[in-house]
Amino acid sequence: MVEHALRSTALEAVHERLGATFTDFAGWRMPVRYGSDLAEHAAVRESAGLFDLSHMGEIRIEGPQAPEALDHAFAGKISTVSVGRAKYTLLLTESGGVIDDVIVYRRAEDRYLVVANASNAAADLAALQERRADFDVEVIDASAETALIAVQGPASAEIITGALTVEGTEAAGITEADIDALGYYRFLEGTYRGAELLVARTGYTGEDGFELYVRAELAPSLWDHLTAVGGQKLTPCGLACRDTLRLEAGMPLYGNELGTELHPAQSGLGKVVALKSKGDFVGRSAVESTDTSELPVLVGLAAQGRRAARAGAVVRTTDGTEVGTVSSGALSPTLGHPIAMAFVRPDLTAVGTELVLDVRGKDLPARVVDLPFYSRS
Amino acid sequence: MSDDLRYSKDHEWVRLDEDGLAVVGVTDYAAGQLGDVVYVDLPEVDDEISAGTVMGEIESTKSVSDLYSPIDGSVVEVNQEVVDAPELVNSSPCDEGWLIKVRTGDLPEDLLTAEEYAQLTKG
Repeated sequence: MVEHALRSTALEAVHERLGATFTDFAGWRMPVRYGSDLAEHAAVRESAGLFDLSHMGEIRIEGPQAPEALDHAFAGKISTVSVGRAKYTLLLTESGGVIDDVIVYRRAEDRYLVVANASNAAADLAALQERRADFDVEVIDASAETALIAVQGPASAEIITGALTVEGTEAAGITEADIDALGYYRFLEGTYRGAELLVARTGYTGEDGFELYVRAELAPSLWDHLTAVGGQKLTPCGLACRDTLRLEAGMPLYGNELGTELHPAQSGLGKVVALKSKGDFVGRSAVESTDTSELPVLVGLAAQGRRAARAGAVVRTTDGTEVGTVSSGALSPTLGHPIAMAFVRPDLTAVGTELVLDVRGKDLPARVVDLPFYSRS
Repeated sequence: MSDDLRYSKDHEWVRLDEDGLAVVGVTDYAAGQLGDVVYVDLPEVDDEISAGTVMGEIESTKSVSDLYSPIDGSVVEVNQEVVDAPELVNSSPCDEGWLIKVRTGDLPEDLLTAEEYAQLTKG
């Protein structure tokens, strides 16, 4: 086999030891599964899963004008996010397309952490460098020295509490009461083996869960520690189940549901763009001046049987008129039937609308359903 | 991997059973690469299939792959159990997870031995 210059995370040796199957994801050699991706998917829904997400990009924004710089750079209002809270937002092009969807964590009045998709980390860094020019702020690429480990699933709070707050562990600064009180999209700062540890209640699976940012060289130790504490309740999970989990949860994947040629409103993210609460920002004038009312809109589609429509599949009306394209699709492991997200003509988005998916030459009847397909009880 | 099987470069295996029929399935290696198989689309009984051409598809949670026939012949039996429980392709690719039985002549000479196939799939 040809050896490509793939990047690997600090946890590669751990994945090798666990017998992972690897895939090339955005230039990274990442575990796609360790055993059965259906079992890994079920583990996250029923107990907890452990993910290496260290391929994602971490960018530090630090300086007295960090809040103003980020209000200018992003579509959301970042200056009013409280310290200790996170916000999902978009990085737009001048023409209103989406460069990336990111989470911004406010660590102090003048310090933020931006977490980017691996595939867009370089583009985000370039855009943020450019957009900081008029502000007293530094943009620092911290991706290489930062590892990201996620624990996702109903048992995750118990595992995180056991791993990080109990006497005798090498974590410090976070208590059981802190974890108990930690709301969704909020985070805590502590230490692991003396180095900074950020523990956020965020995720991409539709379950309760945590994302842990730690120095890369400490990632194998933290992974092993979580594994020891989690025991049978915690299953290592690869990117295959991450994709089916996020699809069931109706969460967009950059490159499928988001892109530079798509307006946020088409992907159902019009509200993420803060037109009312702040002044000018990159992409604002384009968003304001673009009439998106005739453009295709993202919907959820559900079908019966076992065959799934995949990204690129054509969507038709029942009388055969082509009206859209599937952006993501799979046989839902939790629901047991095919689900898809698709961009369709805007007059066909009402729940219950009957459509037809072209699944590799065979027609599959489908109907529009509410997103998400799955939400935890 | 078994010595009495022959393998195609498209990751199917073939075994001649006691009735002289060729049993066809996907290899352990291919099943591992696919991930959990959730759907198989197979030819029907009496369909004529020919070596190297698409005879069906196999779908995992993540992807869809074409199934290529490793041999020429006519389909005499389809494994209904694997249609109903596609996970057999993962749990028992060379035994319970067989796909079809085919009436065929001599096996094509370009099929690989176990050793040659192992060489092909060696990382």
